[in-house]
Formats: sequence, structure tokens, C-alpha cells
Amino acid sequence: MPAQRATEETISRVARNAYGRLVATLAAGTRDLAKAEDALADALEKALIRWPKDGVPDAPEAWLLTAARRGFIDKVRREQTADKAMPDLTFQYLERLADQQEKSGWPLPDPRLKLLFVCAHPAIDQPVHAPLMLQTVLGLTADAIAPLFLVPVSTMSQQLVRAKRKIKTAHIPFVIPEGDQIPERLPGVLDAIYAAFAAGLEGRDETLMDEAVYLADLCTSLLPQEGEPKGLLALCLYQRARFGADRNDDDQFVPLSDQDIRRWHPDTIERAETALRAASQCGPRGRYQLEAAIQSAHIHGVRKNTSVADKIVHLYEQLLILAPSVGGTVSFAAAILAKEDPKTALAVLDDISEKAAPYQPYWATRGAVLEALGEKALAQEAVKKALSLTKDPALERYLKEKIASI
Amino acid sequence: MKYMLILAEAEEDFAERLKDEAAFEAYMAPWMKYTQDLQEAGVLLGGEPLEQSDKGTCVRVRDGKRLVEDGPFIDSKEQLGGFYLIDVPNLDEAIKWAEQCPAAKTGVVEVRPLWEIPS
Repeated sequence: MPAQRATEETISRVARNAYGRLVATLAAGTRDLAKAEDALADALEKALIRWPKDGVPDAPEAWLLTAARRGFIDKVRREQTADKAMPDLTFQYLERLADQQEKSGWPLPDPRLKLLFVCAHPAIDQPVHAPLMLQTVLGLTADAIAPLFLVPVSTMSQQLVRAKRKIKTAHIPFVIPEGDQIPERLPGVLDAIYAAFAAGLEGRDETLMDEAVYLADLCTSLLPQEGEPKGLLALCLYQRARFGADRNDDDQFVPLSDQDIRRWHPDTIERAETALRAASQCGPRGRYQLEAAIQSAHIHGVRKNTSVADKIVHLYEQLLILAPSVGGTVSFAAAILAKEDPKTALAVLDDISEKAAPYQPYWATRGAVLEALGEKALAQEAVKKALSLTKDPALERYLKEKIASI
Repeated sequence: MKYMLILAEAEEDFAERLKDEAAFEAYMAPWMKYTQDLQEAGVLLGGEPLEQSDKGTCVRVRDGKRLVEDGPFIDSKEQLGGFYLIDVPNLDEAIKWAEQCPAAKTGVVEVRPLWEIPS
């Protein structure tokens, strides 16, 4: 029993750390993600049976790659496709892989960046980018991914299958885009990673947030010259650091300005600051760096009990030029309100009133602005509207109290 | 890897072909260059322009009955204007060629892989 248990833990660890790398390695030259995942799943099963008896190999990832490689070839042979060109290239690639393994062992050159770019390829439906990344790089199942993106499991499964089929059939290449294409393609990768992080934040899922942080960190190491991956990492880490501080011991919602900074993780914040500083060395600031800078300013303001409203307004002005959004505009209005200019804040909100109608924070911010203008009745209406769009019980309670106190 | 570039243009751009000789030359020049570029790159398998959509005729068979109608089957501002068949290593290369196509500027170019029929 102990051997089995030890094996299972080792396999969990190895699978977690190496899953994406192994899938990417198999898929990169064969473009068949589905088969790569199946072959790896089979290899993991084999390991579960063999390792308790034979002992865990010295290089478990290499063992898995060998087993998966052979399983992949068996699957292709069994399929006996009439498309002659594909299997030849597949065999050649897998043979080359075997040679490489023999010569250099593990790890082989890291193909995960290629996989990330494939997942975020514009030819794939944009809402599927983040789910595809979570599945192929982190090994999450459709069951686990679906609720994060608020879709039924069957829909998510279908979308993932469709995407992988498209990659294979339309011949989406597993390559890192050429230098001049990176500005066009990189935002898609970062947006998908941030979508995963946001899903984790929204769902209060720390594991998912950590996985997104892992992917952001991976991007920074695989694209060391680029500033935006560092900006994204910083943005995620700032929010990660403060996670949990938005609820007090009575599970009540606590807005940022009132948070107990002792509940913030200083090491994580320090890591974020380091990433943001490094980002600033990489050229003009992109949207993730600006969003991270805003987070940094907020944190600084609360820590030092100093006003940062001017700085934040300025940052939002720059951000909204690069990446206009309803969310950003609402936060911009909140920052203007913090500068004690509710009149301008209201004008900013009025501008987006149609688009923002279903967006809860729009109404909450509108309520705060109207209250500052002395429009009590209108303020209450706005907060009531925010309440009607809120699903979080802690936030519900907070808003109810707000309505009463106006 | 074979792809079809399916070209769709707004009918106003079609009309350009026929206005007068100068308009015709101006319309055709980028197309001829594009076709030449495809040929020189060795990726062109074929391609044809189509007459305007009002020259089209739709044929269906339903319940054993043949139904023939005037006009194209798509009801949209953009109509099929022609196609190219190309052979390139992967989708990214096909997309690069689609980008160069004059129809991409004013209309849309769909890139569809050919179906390799299993024997």
C-alpha cells in the first residue's frame, strides 16, 4: 500500500509540473492535441501500475514521454488513415523526439510557449482560448473548467473538442510567431491567461488563480524581453496578495480602502513589485502594466494612508486609450470620485450608461457618485439596481446596509 | 496543405469592374499582381472570378421536386466574388496570402482547408 500511495503522490506531482510540457512536446510536431492528451493519460495509468512494483524512475518525466510517444504511435497505426502524408510526418517527428531524448535526456526544449500561442490563435473562437489553455497546459478536465466560465459541461467539452479538431484539420502550426507578429498575437495569450485568473478571482478559487499565475510566470520566462507578460504577472499577484482581505471574520464584504493590510501577503506584493519594475525596463507600458500600476498605487495608498487619486486617474486615462472597456471606465469614474469630483465622475458614467446597464459595479459606483452629489433618492435607486445584479451574499449584505445608510 | 480562399465582396465593388475602362484597369491591376505573386511563390493551384450574384441561379431538390430560383443563396451585403486554391505549409501561411488579397481590403476572405477524402 505505501508503494502505491507514494507512487500516486509522485505521479500527481510530476503530472502537475510536467503535464503541459509533455502534451506540448507530443503535440508540437504532430498537431494532434487530443491524441497527445490521450497518449499521456495512458502513460500515467501505466506508471500507476508499474512504478509501485519497479520503483519510481530517476527521470519520471522522461519515462512518461517515452511511454506516451510509443502509445501515440500505436494509436496512429490503429487508425490506419488513408492520409499518407500525415502519419509519415508524425512518425518522423516522434522518431526525432526519441533521438533527442537519447542524446540529451530531459528536459527537451520547452514547447509550451508554442502551445500557449496555439491555444490563443485567432482562428480559434476567442472564448475557448482560456479553457483550452487550462486543459492542455494544466491538464484540467472539462468538468472542472466549465463552471469557471459559466457554461454547461457538455458545451465546454464540445467547444474543446471542436477547437482541437480545428487545430489539426486547418493545420494551425505549433510555432512561436515571428517577431513582427508578436505584438498582434501576444495580447491574445495574455488575455486568455487573465481570463483564467479572473474566473478564479470571481469564483474565489485559489487553485485556479495560482494556475493562472503559473502561466503568466511561464510567459515571463519564455519571453524575457517582453514587458506585458511581466505586467500581467504583477497584476495577478497584486490581486492574489489581497485575496481574502475583502472579507472580514464575519464574512462581510470589506472595500479596498478599509481592508486590514495585515491580511495582505507581503511576499506576494513584493514579487508583484519586482515584476512591475522589470516590466518598466521593457519599453512603453501596455495595458497590463498600466492595470498593475493602478493596483500598485491602490496598495501604496492604503499602506501609507496617503491619497493616490490623482495618480490613479492619470493611469486610467492612459489605460482607457490603449484598452477602452466598460469595467475600466467604471473604475475610472470611481477614481475621479475619489478625487472629490463627483460631477465629472457622473458624466463619465452617463457616457457608458447603455452599455453598462447589466454591469453590477456600474450601478454601485453610480450610487456612490449620486450620493456624493446629494441625490439621495437616485443614489438609493442605483444601489438597489446593483443589489439586484449581485449574487455574492457578502456583497448583498454590504449593499443593503449602504441603501439604508444613504 | 490545400486551402480555398473564398472571396466575398460588397456589390458596389463588383460594380467597379464594369463602370468604364479606367475603372476596370484600376480594379483589375491589384488582382493581376496578386495572382502573379501566388504563381511566382509556387502556391497557386487554381482560381476563378465569378460573375455578379444577380447572374446566379439557385437549384434545390426537395421531396423529389426540383426548385429553381433567381439569385444567390446568400442574402447578405457581401457576395461570393471568386476563389483561389492554394497549397501552403500551414494555416498561418494561408492567412498571410488571404491578407494580401485585394478582397480583404473591402470585403472578406474565408480560408477553408480542402477536405482530404479518405479512400
